[in-house]
Amino acid sequence: MIGITIILALREIRRHVMRSFLTTLGIIIGVAAVVTMVTLGNGATAAISSQISSLGSNLLTVRPGQGFGRGGGAASPPPFEEVDVDAVRKQVAGVLSVAPQTSIAATAIYEAQNWSTTVTGTTNDYFQASHLKLSAGRIFSDAEVDSGKSVCVVGSTVITNLFKGGDPVGKTFRLKAISCQIIGVLETRGAAGFGPDQDDQVVMPIKTVMRRLTGNREVRAFQVGVDPAYDTTAVSASIAALLRERRKIGPNADDDFNIFDSKQLADTLSGTTKTLTLLLGAVATVSLIVGGIGIMNIMLVSVTERTREIGIRLAVGAVQSEVLMQFLVEAVALSCLGGLLGLGLALVATLAISPLMGIPFVFDLQINLLAFMFSAAIGILFGYFPARRAASLNPIDALSHE
Amino acid sequence: MNAPAPEPIIALRGVTRTFGSGETVFQALKGIDLDVMPGEFVAVMGASGSGKSTMMNIVGCLDVPTSGSFRFKGFEVGNLGRDQRAMLRRRYLGFVFQGFNLLARTTALENVELPLIYRRDDASSRRIASMAALEKVGLADWSGHTPSELSGGQQQRVAIARAIVTQPEVLLADEPTGNLDSERSREIMALLSSLNRDAGISIMMVTHEPDMAAFAHTIIHFKDGMVEKREKNLAIANGNAPTDATD
Repeated sequence: MIGITIILALREIRRHVMRSFLTTLGIIIGVAAVVTMVTLGNGATAAISSQISSLGSNLLTVRPGQGFGRGGGAASPPPFEEVDVDAVRKQVAGVLSVAPQTSIAATAIYEAQNWSTTVTGTTNDYFQASHLKLSAGRIFSDAEVDSGKSVCVVGSTVITNLFKGGDPVGKTFRLKAISCQIIGVLETRGAAGFGPDQDDQVVMPIKTVMRRLTGNREVRAFQVGVDPAYDTTAVSASIAALLRERRKIGPNADDDFNIFDSKQLADTLSGTTKTLTLLLGAVATVSLIVGGIGIMNIMLVSVTERTREIGIRLAVGAVQSEVLMQFLVEAVALSCLGGLLGLGLALVATLAISPLMGIPFVFDLQINLLAFMFSAAIGILFGYFPARRAASLNPIDALSHE
Repeated sequence: MNAPAPEPIIALRGVTRTFGSGETVFQALKGIDLDVMPGEFVAVMGASGSGKSTMMNIVGCLDVPTSGSFRFKGFEVGNLGRDQRAMLRRRYLGFVFQGFNLLARTTALENVELPLIYRRDDASSRRIASMAALEKVGLADWSGHTPSELSGGQQQRVAIARAIVTQPEVLLADEPTGNLDSERSREIMALLSSLNRDAGISIMMVTHEPDMAAFAHTIIHFKDGMVEKREKNLAIANGNAPTDATD
């Protein structure tokens, strides 16, 4: 019986293609809105997560000065010293690597080309902690780091602007007053992400930069790679305690440095996008429910319009439950068809919008199934009342209905 | 009661039907006694408001008497529920209406199939039975046409095919020729007569036209909710059916 009821319902829908389409428009838009919102939201979350993980996971960045948003102190806080870095490396549990950094703006010159860039002085730990890979050449040798040789690993932006073709590895270019030999090229990371453009930099051993470019021994920042077995929050607290002691900060004074935990940022940002996705999804769900009311409306009109038909069906021997089923199945078939069209629309929309927003397309089977089932449930919910009304018609009145 | 006498298929005893209550009470049937024998063709005549439609609704198991007894094949219908009466209709009764009452935008074949769907016949036997019924009413070539593509006489033939496709024992016709011209009317009456004669289907037909009533074995006159008189149609009894030539 259910089979034939479905066939009858589909026949009825086919008989009124235009009206059926308009009836389900609410469901189509509702489902499409929910699925599009959630899919784009998931894509945005994925994009943010991948950007954050490109910063390096289990990575703490320590800088002088107070953190984001807080008013700076009266005097700019002192930078770190190399001994601070050594202390963190040796005294804090859970620290795998520490990459001290100092940096200075400089113009790189090769033949007739020049390019303004940033020189980062650091150690080999920097590549590991920042997840920087080489596309050519090698990183520094221990001897080069220890003796402060004038060698460098160069970002792809610098390469493109300085060297017109040819293998740059082994070539020498000028940085301020020194000349520098290229031993490696960084893999292109792309402009997306947080912090400075890591493609536009020249990485040199920290000793070389201190001696020959900055002329001081200040460490502007350092990155700490944390053993995955340790909690970054606890390690961050230990580092803070050590630095407070070394920098002689009183018990009631604020830190004059900040420790940035990439994982915390990841959690906060992905939490925010999830909340936003949920919110947008909820708003879209309202439109789905409004769509359901639209179906109920048309079904009620349809019952009135088809009163005589219902009378005929009752006269030839349909029982109440069969008439109820017919109208209920019709409503559910309508809303399911609407749901399917909505899913199709959402697929097209997300495929079109994702590249515009620069986020990956993440197909979420779960939300598609959920939205479809929700549309079917709306068909049952809002189809029941009109179906009930159809089934309870008196056959004599229904037959004499004009 | 004498033992060999055949039992009436429809037996009304003291049937009343009252609508409304209090001040606005209206008694449509005031105690009807009426029998229809198997294979009988009964015409019901009377002015509008005489109660004949109310009686037809009760005989058609669409309504129940306020008091009195309606036995169908000896079985009391008066105290059956809605769905049980629907089961009786689907099994034993066929309906033909003045306004044809076909489903719009639905082919003749699908219209005829409708009662079989509710009997849960499978698709192929539905098709075979429906085509046979359309064949009987002479519309086998029109099975794919929708009501709007058919003339009034053809629509009524499709309706008759729908009524007989379940091989009912009783056909209830409510002014079946009311919307047709006289020639089409005679064709429909000849078709009903032949179904009555050849398939043995009992027919109860409401009509205003004496010409149409002339096809019946028995003519019952209603007046003010009562049976005024019941007469045998002597012409039919003598074997002189009216204008069979159109057949």
